[in-house]
Amino acid sequence: MNPSSISLPPVASPHHLTGNSISRIMLTVCAALMPATLFAFWLYGWPAIFLWLVTVLSALAGEALCLRLSERPVAAVLGDGSALLTGWLLAMSLPPWAPWWIGALGGLFATVIAKQVFGGLGCNLFNPAMVARVFLLISFPVPMTAWVAPLPITAATAPGLHDGLMILLNGVPQLDAIASASLLSFAKTELSRGVDLVHALSGAAAPASSLIGARAGSLGETASLLIAAGGALLLITGVIRWHIPAAMAAGLVVPAAIAHAVDPARYLDVATHLLSGGATLGLFFIATDYVTSPNTKAGQLVFGAGCGLLTFIIRTWGGYPEGVAFAVLLMNALTPVIDRYLRPRILGRDWRGAPLNPETERAKS
Amino acid sequence: MGLIETFLHRFAAPRWGVHPDDHKRPAADAPLRQLPLPERLYLPLQQHVGQPARPIVLPGQKVRKGQLVAEAQGRISAPVHASTSGTVAAIGEITAPHPSGLPFSAITLIPDGNDSAGDIDIVADPFALAPDEIAERVAAAGIVGLGGATFPSAAKLALGKRSKVTTLIVNGGECEPYLSCDDRIMRDHAADVVDGIRLMMHAIGAREALVGIEDNKPEAIAAMRRAAAGFAEVTVRPVPARYPMGSDRQLIQTLTGKEVPSDCRAADVGVIVNNVSTANAVHRALRLGEPLIRRIVTVNGGAVWQPGNLMVPVGALVSDLLDFVGLKSEPARLVMGGPMMGSVLPHAQVPVVKGTAGVLAFNEDDIATPPPSPCIRCGSCTQACPVGLLPLEMAALIRNDRLKDAAVLGLPDCIACGCCAYICPSHLPLVQYFSHAKSELWAQERSTLRMEATRKLAAERAVRLERDAREKAETAARRKAERAAQKAAQAAAEAALSTENAA
Amino acid sequence: MFAAVISLTLLGALLGLGLGVAATRFAVEGDPLVDELIALMPGSNCGQCGMAGCAAAAQAIAEGSATVTVCPAGGKALATMLGEKLGISVDLGDIVDDGPKLAVIAEEICIGCCRCLKVCPTDAMIGAPKQIHNVIREACTGCGNCIERCPTGAATLQPVPVTLPHWVWPKPAPALA
Repeated sequence: MNPSSISLPPVASPHHLTGNSISRIMLTVCAALMPATLFAFWLYGWPAIFLWLVTVLSALAGEALCLRLSERPVAAVLGDGSALLTGWLLAMSLPPWAPWWIGALGGLFATVIAKQVFGGLGCNLFNPAMVARVFLLISFPVPMTAWVAPLPITAATAPGLHDGLMILLNGVPQLDAIASASLLSFAKTELSRGVDLVHALSGAAAPASSLIGARAGSLGETASLLIAAGGALLLITGVIRWHIPAAMAAGLVVPAAIAHAVDPARYLDVATHLLSGGATLGLFFIATDYVTSPNTKAGQLVFGAGCGLLTFIIRTWGGYPEGVAFAVLLMNALTPVIDRYLRPRILGRDWRGAPLNPETERAKS
Repeated sequence: MGLIETFLHRFAAPRWGVHPDDHKRPAADAPLRQLPLPERLYLPLQQHVGQPARPIVLPGQKVRKGQLVAEAQGRISAPVHASTSGTVAAIGEITAPHPSGLPFSAITLIPDGNDSAGDIDIVADPFALAPDEIAERVAAAGIVGLGGATFPSAAKLALGKRSKVTTLIVNGGECEPYLSCDDRIMRDHAADVVDGIRLMMHAIGAREALVGIEDNKPEAIAAMRRAAAGFAEVTVRPVPARYPMGSDRQLIQTLTGKEVPSDCRAADVGVIVNNVSTANAVHRALRLGEPLIRRIVTVNGGAVWQPGNLMVPVGALVSDLLDFVGLKSEPARLVMGGPMMGSVLPHAQVPVVKGTAGVLAFNEDDIATPPPSPCIRCGSCTQACPVGLLPLEMAALIRNDRLKDAAVLGLPDCIACGCCAYICPSHLPLVQYFSHAKSELWAQERSTLRMEATRKLAAERAVRLERDAREKAETAARRKAERAAQKAAQAAAEAALSTENAA
Repeated sequence: MFAAVISLTLLGALLGLGLGVAATRFAVEGDPLVDELIALMPGSNCGQCGMAGCAAAAQAIAEGSATVTVCPAGGKALATMLGEKLGISVDLGDIVDDGPKLAVIAEEICIGCCRCLKVCPTDAMIGAPKQIHNVIREACTGCGNCIERCPTGAATLQPVPVTLPHWVWPKPAPALA
């Protein structure tokens, strides 16, 4: 042994770490999104693929630009995969045939304004993908609500490579010809026209069709089954815990079930709530975002329940047909408060932080 | 272990902690080897919690094996004995097994190779001794907690007796990866361990002893069950293998359901925890009259040629151990203790102390640590923390030098187990944040105390100066008065004289 | 229209009344801050801060003409306490804390002049005329007054060596990104 091999400065324990890393987590989430994304590509064809590419690339470009400006290592930080995931999640929530500038603007907004302005990864208060989506929805309501019915890439009428590019650049040529309302906006429109839901939905697709994505919607809201499969993968690999998805599902399902039982003519049924809009994507992929959700179990339950409840409220009584993005953003704002008040109990102390009484502990056996 | 038990343990597994790869085998299965006597031994005076021992030998003096070379000082302290026979070469300083690389005092002993022991004082039946007498003998043998905490065992036994402890928990958890010295001692010396447990129960007056062993050590569980078969008061209880099961508060909660209040000691809830190696040391002290002069040390890690357990005299250098087991490559990092809580060593010229459970020589692959990235608030640390703290929040406060706020969040309850830093996907050095904050807060407390003392001294000086000035003024006034009186008397006398003359 | 005007007027009047009452009811006599700060200071009036004494330094801190890190003897602990009292965040990086120092007297040079005894703010010097002086380590604050007065240079400030129990873990370097 060489006695002079002094290791300075001292390294603290532990000397043994998990192989886990931020990039591994982010890439696992991307992998979980993959089946639903590929299926959506097949459903909506080339325009959707191009839009996805534009959104992801602009999210990465926005991140790179900010890193360059703040003189931080660009390659290392881009490599953590968080900007990729942000762009991906945003793309999943856009209308599949939206024009290119929607994706580009959204991707840049997500990483530059919603993430890097706050200080980058880990510092943002709000979910970047949802901030960008809401920004787009408020600023450009028409292209953001122009849904198209699925037109599988293999279908004869589906736009080819060239037509797809044209749609991306110029928008949908004859929107009315193929436009179709998503289930939730259809229900909202019918209700506002005074048609009750029992009649309105009798002709609409059954909720079961949402499972496999056979109706209009964004990339991420069509095939609930594949999204849920991705969610299951996240749960199994331990990337997310069950608390937020379960609480959010409960927060959405319980009031929906009660309301629907009271008046089926005015309130949508549970299956529609759970399977349409971004609900499935939201409860597995959006609300579970580490940075913007509470980090104790109790806090996550409250957070999830709040997301679910707010989604129900916004969908039922709000001005917009879909409420997941707003609900998640509202609960994001509450996260610091939840984290402050719902702390875990410290071993040997009661909930208020006072030491336990030794005599009661001694009496236990 | 029965099927039902296995099932129960799978589901009763605690929700805290982490489950690192244990890396215990093949080192745990290799037979125990004896380290040959090194050329020099360095016996540190501070191998325990409390006051350092005071040397009672002089350089040049010949000592026998087991002879007292430094006596305990104060109530919480432990004596040091010669690990072998030889000559005291010096009393000086050697690098401490501590990340700082600072020196501490040690007695240098040159072994004569005879390993001859002095007179041995053994009683025929230690169970006939009074409990206090057992504690005294344990104190005289210099036994400290061998699990790593190195709290003087006799003080603990006395505390147990005072606090009417009913349950002795024997810690065979050994939850640290890589280490297997406790496993080895339970496999090889189960009967001795059980005897030591019964002696400690006698000293405390405990009714039952629960031996908690992690279920990844089936051989040790079987050996201990066989050894404890004849004693109804000693029960072997397998516990789920989950780090940090070997931490006393976690083990107490798992075995008894009791939670030690954060401002209390385990004895306050009627429990005392001792390590299996400590039990073995108690057995050797009372049955063989041998003080704590040797221990089993696990030598392991990717850079070690023949990992395994060694019987090592206290005071041998880490380099002696590494030379004996052989190195595949120059170690990238040396650690004393386990990988989760052990101290990094500045170099290999540091002595093995009583609390050394392991010496780990890691190669580059073992310790590959990516650079830290920002916290993504994933909450893994909160979930892993066995104490229920919020490591990410505390670290964020400490990063901004808000140490007192971190203390309010529970920093003093942190046991530095390392679960948070182990699990962190951002590879943040969380334990270092907490160690920094704790030591910085202690330093600030010390300087506050010092400042208060200064203020008192300054006030006293002000009082003294005032008194001095007053006294000086009084003396001056008195002198003046005296002089005036003298003058007056003189004047009076002169006046009388002149009157007389005139008359 | 009228309802709004009236309600706002009422609201304003009520709040104004509340503020006025609070101002008289909870009025603070004098400035207790300086006294509170003086109570926190070491009180040895060693003069290391360059001011006339601890009271003057406290006055300066209260007025804002000196920072809370002004007192070298108090160090980080005092700066933190003062910062808490004043409700300001303290940048401890400002403090040049190159470790505590204590006065040491070289016995072979000391002539027993007693000048250091007179200037020591904490009576940490012991000795008598024509006797070699010494320092009580526990009482010395390392202010350096004795160093200036010593005619032979026997008194010097020596850093206190860091020992194991007093070692402080360094703060980790900040994360890259």
